Amino acid sequence: MTTALLLAVLQALVVALGAPLVVGTLRTLKARLVGRRGPVPWQPFLDLRKLLGKTPVVSDTTSWIFRATPYILAGAMLVAALAAPVLTSRPPLAFAGIILLMSLFLLGTFFLALAGLDAGSAFGGMGSSREVAVAALAEPTVMVAVFALALRANTTNLGAIVERVSAEPLLAVNAGHLLAFVAFFIVMLAETGRLPVDNPATHLELTMIHEAMVLEYSGRHLAMIEWASAMKLLVFLTLLANLFFPWGVPADVTAVALLLGLLALVGKLVVLVVALAALETAIAKLRLFRVPELLAGSFALGVLSVSAVVLLR
Amino acid sequence: MLRQLRLAIRTGIVTEPPPTEAEIERLGAQVAGEIRVRFGRSLAIRQVDAGSCNGCELEIGGLTGPHYDLERFGVHFVASPRHADCLLVTGPVTRNMAEALRRTWLATPDPKLVIAAGDCAGDGGIFRGSYAVVGGVREIVPVDALISGCPPSPAALLAGLLDALGRPR
Amino acid sequence: MASVVYALTALLSAAVTTAGITGLLGARWSTRIEWLVPLGGFELEMDPLAGLFVALVGAVAVATSIYAVGYAGRDRRGCVAHAAFIGAMALVPLAANVMTFVLAWELMSLASYVLVLDGARAGREASASTHAAWVYAVMTHAGLACMLAGMLLLTAWTGSPRFADWGAAAPTLGAGARSLVWALLALGFAAKAGAVPLHVWLPLAHPAAPSHVSALMSAVMIKLGVYGLLRASFVWLAPAQVGWGVALLLVGALSAVAGVLYAVVDRDLKRLLAFSSIENVGIVFVGTGAAVAFAATGLPSLALLALVAALYHAVNHAAFKSLLFMAAGGVLHGTGTRDMELLGGLIKRQPWTATCFLVGAIAIAGLPPLNGFVSEWLIFQALLQNDLLSWPTMNLVFALAIAGLALAAGLAVACFVKAFGITFLALPRSDAAATAHDAAPTMRAAMLVTAAGCAALALGASWVVPALGAVGATLIAAPPPVTLGPWLTLEVSGDFATLSVPAVALALTGGVLLPIVLLAAARARPRPRRFETWSCGRLLQTARMEYTATAFADPFTRVFDFFYRPVRRLDVDLHPESRFFVRSIRYENPTRFIVDEWLYQPLGRVLRAATRHIGVIQSGSPNLYLAYVLAALLLLLLVA
Repeated sequence: MTTALLLAVLQALVVALGAPLVVGTLRTLKARLVGRRGPVPWQPFLDLRKLLGKTPVVSDTTSWIFRATPYILAGAMLVAALAAPVLTSRPPLAFAGIILLMSLFLLGTFFLALAGLDAGSAFGGMGSSREVAVAALAEPTVMVAVFALALRANTTNLGAIVERVSAEPLLAVNAGHLLAFVAFFIVMLAETGRLPVDNPATHLELTMIHEAMVLEYSGRHLAMIEWASAMKLLVFLTLLANLFFPWGVPADVTAVALLLGLLALVGKLVVLVVALAALETAIAKLRLFRVPELLAGSFALGVLSVSAVVLLR
Repeated sequence: MLRQLRLAIRTGIVTEPPPTEAEIERLGAQVAGEIRVRFGRSLAIRQVDAGSCNGCELEIGGLTGPHYDLERFGVHFVASPRHADCLLVTGPVTRNMAEALRRTWLATPDPKLVIAAGDCAGDGGIFRGSYAVVGGVREIVPVDALISGCPPSPAALLAGLLDALGRPR
Repeated sequence: MASVVYALTALLSAAVTTAGITGLLGARWSTRIEWLVPLGGFELEMDPLAGLFVALVGAVAVATSIYAVGYAGRDRRGCVAHAAFIGAMALVPLAANVMTFVLAWELMSLASYVLVLDGARAGREASASTHAAWVYAVMTHAGLACMLAGMLLLTAWTGSPRFADWGAAAPTLGAGARSLVWALLALGFAAKAGAVPLHVWLPLAHPAAPSHVSALMSAVMIKLGVYGLLRASFVWLAPAQVGWGVALLLVGALSAVAGVLYAVVDRDLKRLLAFSSIENVGIVFVGTGAAVAFAATGLPSLALLALVAALYHAVNHAAFKSLLFMAAGGVLHGTGTRDMELLGGLIKRQPWTATCFLVGAIAIAGLPPLNGFVSEWLIFQALLQNDLLSWPTMNLVFALAIAGLALAAGLAVACFVKAFGITFLALPRSDAAATAHDAAPTMRAAMLVTAAGCAALALGASWVVPALGAVGATLIAAPPPVTLGPWLTLEVSGDFATLSVPAVALALTGGVLLPIVLLAAARARPRPRRFETWSCGRLLQTARMEYTATAFADPFTRVFDFFYRPVRRLDVDLHPESRFFVRSIRYENPTRFIVDEWLYQPLGRVLRAATRHIGVIQSGSPNLYLAYVLAALLLLLLVA
């Protein structure tokens, strides 16, 4: 019981504190790749601390939904952090499956979209409309990728998938498995608002998807939302790392095992973050109405991966 | 895509160190210190064009480029005044932009700074006395610092930022 | 006066609910009154499946009757029809032979027709016309004709009008014969349930009816179509065939996607909810189809799982759809309009209605920790195990169903962000919305009770699922596929999937409170300052600058334009003296309904042409008619 509680606290801390670090490292790497020195990797921590000290400005047009959304979003991401197999294959919320995780993300998107509409500005409405459209179009790919994983591991429970996939190392170079990874990677780009779907550093409101919804937020509310977005990115990267390449994820909950699990995760995250930074630097943002084509392509990859898994058994 | 990456890796980091004149160097270290005290080494700037000819904007744009790289000091530009700590105002404040500037200032959460950049933002510059301008940002919102120049160079802008943060409040 | 009738109806419905629950838990009884009805007598029989649906009718009826006291208590019209409607719906699941079933079904259709007509003519909801009631009547009777044909065929072949005898005799009939009867029955029941392409009446009739009647129709009446399908597939025509399951799966997936696609672009709040009912019926059909397919291919445990999931979703949909319709009625009652382009800002004028609508929206969008999430999760778990069927064609069909259901789930989130956001948030877009009043106390009470019901159905999943499993076990003999683990966890198919709804709810509550507590402890909570919305410093910020419902749905209109086939029209009226000055701009981009255009309009044209030709025999001369009678008599004498 106490070990479970300690594990929960530890996993929450790892995700909560690691998320801004991942986002900061990504920014620094992207800056270096375009020839700038860039900010330090722990810059987001400094940004968050400053934001917490500011007085929020809230519009009279908004309702309690606007003020409650940052906390609901942060709460949903914290629960997702506890449900994902971050340090071990027995996460604190042991019963969680992928569908629950994706639904938690949708819960956050739902409230953020409502908050965007709440301000009564055209920016917020535009951001909400685009965000839910992208999220809706990414759903079929998610479920088909889940299907591909569930076919192999014969379960949708996250921890069990990690254990069963790691028990058969050759599966990781299975064509179906890799296709599912690529499909899920594209879904990650869409859901977390990275290039080529959405540019997180843009100032042009007409090109924004996620940023447009948060233009109205300030102070501690903005800090909660930025932090929750960072946690969403980290959980997605962890899923990509630990579900598809589950080597180094321990099954037992001892101090040594947890440390090794953390080191393995950091190693895989480094690879993913470098790849993501290179990808974001090298390609341009897609026109908004080309994004459904990208998502349809990822869906086709997902269907191919399912067929590959079924046919190559 | 790979060509872009190869070019990036070959070119390397081109950020220049801050200008080597002794004063600016002393001031450069002071920037970091002041920003650290006031905003914990993180400053978000919202740039407001109050009727400027865009000369100052081009110089400000240079600040975020690879050579001057404002981001290495923890300073970055944001899209909405709600996200900002500092308003960087250019232009003589035309009569049409006066109310917009005031509302932008009111939309910025406290604690906040206002830095007027360029001669026009100081007292109207070459447009001083025209029927169409108010004549200086300080007529509309309280100004914490003025960076003179027409337009001010990126190095001067960098020094000016520091001037604002060094002034007692 | 009408309030008294509604209150009495509420009491009677409570009694009906209790009777249903006893049946659900295993009490069986039957009655028979020979002389009341010809061709077999009036016969009722209670078994667990009937008990479930009777309890469902009763529970929703209690809520809507209490609601109606406040909503329509002063309007004498429709209170008796409302009671008759509920009574007929309660009789349908209990009917044990053909005539009783058809009588109850027809009474249900007639009562709802009267109510739809009433609502269409009532001043408050005058935007609908009698066209809605007419289409409803036509589709109901077309469905009845198919259903009756199937039932009469079965009566002729098995020699008895009693349902109990059909179950015993069905295996002796050939597979082709059973499929024919199944197809006829399925057409009839699917028309009642509102599956695409037989759904055309739903978006016309449900918005036209008064809100408490819409709630009953959407929540319960269309579920009776599902009830009929379950009876036909598992009891009357057992053993089930794979083709039936595939048909239901495909129709279900199509309905789910088509329904929500139409809902997303709609600007009428109640029509949006009606299309969303089509979507949820599609989801229930997918679950039912999976159950039939698994049962027909020798996987009874999976079949039971799919069946339980489908029943759970039917119950959940009844709960949250009735809540949503009641809240929409509250909006209509307070503002006088249901056009979302004229609403907005209602969360401040109608806080109770808004909160109840929000609960319903979260539930129907399938978000944790409410009930929509639990039943959709269960359906997905049933579908994801289709790999146990090593039959590639079936695997492909299931994969299509999974993808379709996922798309529908994502679009449902978008749809209800729009429904709640545009209607209740930001600034009012018209005077009607700016001066709205909140719902009456009885309306609030009914909505709150239903909202509590949604939460209870979610948190009580560990009790609901075994109860539904017991009901399903009377149709499919199999060991229970869902067992209970520690912390009220549902364990599906051993270790295929696990979920503990109370744990999720608890974790979410803790996750939301934790940052608040930490910030308060760190004294990092300065009071917010109030200022206007950031609009780039613009001088005038009005409701005209908000996003509209049509604008919100624009990405979907573009992405799915092959489905909507919109007809974009832009009329620019220039000033006569100078073409540089624009007097007015008119922009129209209505979506078209391809089912109407490709199926019903051609069908209507064919029918009209056919009747024109056949109408020749109606010459008006009595001598000719006498000659027809003589000829028919001679023919009968020759044949018999």
